[in-house]
Amino acid sequence: MSVRSTLPPSSVSTQGGAPPFSSADVRRQDGAPLGPIGATPQTQGIDADLLARRSRSARRRRLTIYVLRLAFAVLWLGSWELTTRLNWVDPFFVGQPSGVMVRLWTWISEGTALGPLWLQAAVTMEEAVLGFLVGSALGVVLGILLGRIELIAEVLSPFIKGANAIPRVVLGSLFAIMFGLSVWGKASTAVVLVFFVVFFNAFQGVREVDRNLIANARILGANNRRLTTEIIIPSAMSWILASLHISFGLAIVGAVVGELFGATAGLGQLIYNAGHTFDVNGVFAGMFVLAVLALIAEGLITALENRLIKWRPSRVSGEIPI
Amino acid sequence: MASPAIELRGVTKRFATPNGGIYTALHDLTMEVGPGEFCAVVGPTGCGKSTTLALISGLERASAGEVAVMGQRVEGIPDGIGYVFQTDAVFPWKTVLENVAAGPRYRGAPGGDARARAREWITRVGLAGFEDRYPHQLSGGMRKRVGLAQSLINGPRILLMDEPFSALDVQTRTLMENELLSLWSSTSASVVFVTHDLEEAIALADRVVLLTAGPGTVKGTFEVDLPRPRNVAEIRFQPRFAQIYEAIWNQLRDEVLVSYERQKHAAAV
Repeated sequence: MSVRSTLPPSSVSTQGGAPPFSSADVRRQDGAPLGPIGATPQTQGIDADLLARRSRSARRRRLTIYVLRLAFAVLWLGSWELTTRLNWVDPFFVGQPSGVMVRLWTWISEGTALGPLWLQAAVTMEEAVLGFLVGSALGVVLGILLGRIELIAEVLSPFIKGANAIPRVVLGSLFAIMFGLSVWGKASTAVVLVFFVVFFNAFQGVREVDRNLIANARILGANNRRLTTEIIIPSAMSWILASLHISFGLAIVGAVVGELFGATAGLGQLIYNAGHTFDVNGVFAGMFVLAVLALIAEGLITALENRLIKWRPSRVSGEIPI
Repeated sequence: MASPAIELRGVTKRFATPNGGIYTALHDLTMEVGPGEFCAVVGPTGCGKSTTLALISGLERASAGEVAVMGQRVEGIPDGIGYVFQTDAVFPWKTVLENVAAGPRYRGAPGGDARARAREWITRVGLAGFEDRYPHQLSGGMRKRVGLAQSLINGPRILLMDEPFSALDVQTRTLMENELLSLWSSTSASVVFVTHDLEEAIALADRVVLLTAGPGTVKGTFEVDLPRPRNVAEIRFQPRFAQIYEAIWNQLRDEVLVSYERQKHAAAV
């Protein structure tokens, strides 16, 4: 998603693209406030004109992008609909956008074969969120621990690399036996998928902390605990938060795969059922619901990220990004 | 002279290189810094100037020889040490206020007390009004001021400075040098100021210690008998400044050439 690139210039600047302090704050040695650099009454008219022209062209550009996106969606869905309508491609195998919409509407208005749609979504989200929380908590704690204590890291590294190398989704069958049909059978699958991504990022984040900052904190009198909480963790936070973006998607994968190994409800189970009854539109409709939920979660994580690392210089530079 | 604030006796520092060799950064270095003295250390690139500071601060241990601060052998970080780093070492996730208050808080001061003292120091380094900014919102010179306040708030008896102003533009640099001198004159701290810039060394220091090309050892010590208070921007015009500069440069030149030849050789291999 190119969310950032489509922000209007005004909201870009509130994100941090604005000059860090307004010109009134910058004072010359003699205390007189500085105006905009090089501004004189004669040039101010030209400046205003330039700014207006720039915002006009930015607006035009944004409009173009929205129109092109709409055109792309119409082309994609339209050709799909058209080719299946004309029976050039058999809708039995590839589904049909209108059929997907109808299926979605039936699910919403009349419920699914497994019960109401919101219940299926809630079940899957519960599994995914539980797996995400437990997996990322474990990943962060162990990543920081191993990053700080070299001996443990060296002892455990072959085991961790080995565990990471196996295709962990197959563990879902094991968890289905261990936990039966309970929520933990699916959440555990999500945990093992999420854990490694977060763990490796947290570990690397701790390893990449600027040596200068550690030296400075030690000189200033920080003990080991302070060093960890005030230097190591904030510094590794960018890495950890970056991994959370990927890992929520993985948590959903874990929950859905877990449901395939045995469940009575959930979107994964719904998709599984649709597949078994040759209901291609149902598969697509289930995927669509999952995608919407994942995007909402992604938005929440981005909001969390912006709150937690508001100290970081914005990636948006003064120039309008493409 | 009273008992020295810093003493290095026959100090050697070696590092194991990644390819299994041994690199000697300092060899048999002996120097002293008196209480309240401003001592500059100059030398060519790679002569172990920064290593000297790391040894005094206790961040690194000497391979041989003795390092003592305030008459105490250095084991771990000694009390009363301040360190201003070459690159930015202010904490980017803390505001200016939190950065400056960090030292007192780490040393056990209650939060409100630490913040009150931090505000005082922020004003003294000329950053009043910027307490709530994050470092990335400040200019390089302002970040250096934060670093200075961060160190000075702890009331160090020894201030170690590792080319602190080398990344600043010339005008900001002169400004900062003058401010450093005025801040220093209100304390009784000894300063060890590492720089590769001979002019900066003479303009600031009471004494200039010249190191040889690596492995570093003391090549000569030069008293700088220029009157204080000094204005760094103008002191360069005094004839005495030029005399001292010439005396040190005559010795430094040879070391710079040695260092340069070595780098050329290393690059050719």
